[in-house]
Amino acid sequence: MKNGTVTPQLPAANPAGSAAIEVAHLVKFYKTTRAVDDVSFRIARGSITGLLGGNGAGKTTTIAMIMGLVLPTSGRIQVLGCSMPEQSAEVLGRMNFESPYVDMPMRLTVRQNLTIFGRLYAVPNLRERIAKLAADLDLGDFLDRANGKLSAGQKTRVALAKALINQPELLLLDEPTASLDPDTADWIRRHLETYRKVHGATILLASHNMLEVERLCDRVIIMKRGRIEDDDTPDRIMARYNRTTIRGCRRSAS
Amino acid sequence: MSKVEIHRGIAWHRISAMILRYWYLLISSWPRLLELVYWPALQIVTWGFLQSYISQNAGFFARAGGTFVGAIILWDILFRGQLGFSISFLEEMWARNLGNLMMSPLTPIEFLISLMVMSLIRLAIGVIPMTLLAMIFFDFNIYGIGLPLVAFFCNLIFTSWSLGIFVSGLVLRNGLGAESIVWTLMFGVMPLACIYYPVTVLPHWLQYVAWALPPTYVFEGMRALLIGHVFRADLMIDALLINVVLFIASFAIFLALLRSARRYGSLIQSGE
Repeated sequence: MKNGTVTPQLPAANPAGSAAIEVAHLVKFYKTTRAVDDVSFRIARGSITGLLGGNGAGKTTTIAMIMGLVLPTSGRIQVLGCSMPEQSAEVLGRMNFESPYVDMPMRLTVRQNLTIFGRLYAVPNLRERIAKLAADLDLGDFLDRANGKLSAGQKTRVALAKALINQPELLLLDEPTASLDPDTADWIRRHLETYRKVHGATILLASHNMLEVERLCDRVIIMKRGRIEDDDTPDRIMARYNRTTIRGCRRSAS
Repeated sequence: MSKVEIHRGIAWHRISAMILRYWYLLISSWPRLLELVYWPALQIVTWGFLQSYISQNAGFFARAGGTFVGAIILWDILFRGQLGFSISFLEEMWARNLGNLMMSPLTPIEFLISLMVMSLIRLAIGVIPMTLLAMIFFDFNIYGIGLPLVAFFCNLIFTSWSLGIFVSGLVLRNGLGAESIVWTLMFGVMPLACIYYPVTVLPHWLQYVAWALPPTYVFEGMRALLIGHVFRADLMIDALLINVVLFIASFAIFLALLRSARRYGSLIQSGE
């Protein structure tokens, strides 16, 4: 399946007709650069899908368009049944995201940041929610420390807590474990898996780490130069390409 | 920005969340608080003493006592009002937090309202001590102006918000490379707003430009009140009408620039 415009075959476990994200013929030009080139896919509710590709593959732009932070040049996006960005008001409270391209205010403490985002998302029983997230993500030791004084691993956990503050039905993650040590990265992955299982949430994550995608995702969409290069389950992707190719992909990604 | 997004309602809990965000930031940083008070205090003391000196040596200034100090205070309301608005906005750019906000249910209108409230809070922290210094050192009580002060204040703060919205849109679209506009734009208004001199001092053709700016009406009104002891309500109404047009235009430009920022991917860059 090398054509980006073809609707991919979804894993059998995912029911058809209940897509969390539907993207059709998405194109994005930055001046004369074609960052995303006729990309179409459909992501079933409750699944974890990985967008895999090296730098400049178009993963971040694709996710940013799904979030409404970037307007597509052409194409159609539906998130949780609503057209984006026209009906973004209907869905923004039901989704959330984490990205290395944004930060949370550095001078504010973790608790203050989570309080503000909790209020923005109208989270009920906010104190209890923050306490639960602090327990789940092991934030207790630095809940009252300024965000700017945290280590990279701690910041990632805080960013994940912010992304989970409203218990989103749809979670968009851009390089969620970038710059983390293997243990912390693994810990984050385990937490994402648990969150999906407990809440039935849909997760779309962009990564250039084949191991991560293989470990976490039901499905992998490989992007290259703005186009979809392949789209299947991790097992089939692994079977389709020989070890040398995958190793090369891992090397170029890292 | 689609129509749906613009009209999706205003929620106080989101506005208060943003005010809380800026409040946490202010109280966590004493240099930020000190800076709010420092410059207005320096301004009033320096120029106030100059006025005292001139008024002792020139008959007109002796008769027009207070106009200079009053003008300084009103100018600071205009200048600090815009800065208070724009700096709160810049904090989001500096913190690379804009993507988080734009992706949240916070609407552009709610975001702008929270910036307006913050500009009032920052203004109060900076200008109230300034007015007290004017009372102590120069025997000038701006609150003695009474109700006309409310008219002056409202017109100046509306202009400051309009310019704040406009420059924030420019920074949003063009990144922090456009940050200097935040600090300098109001100084472009300064000579035309006729803060320290009457409009008639300007060349005839430039007077038309000056009368297109709401602050010009306020400063003319202040001089009419302090020198001629007449409150010119007509000037305040004219200023308010121009302010309404200015405010709507700046909001429309902000939305257009936000849409342009989304088109060019500026919201996920937030750099220079």
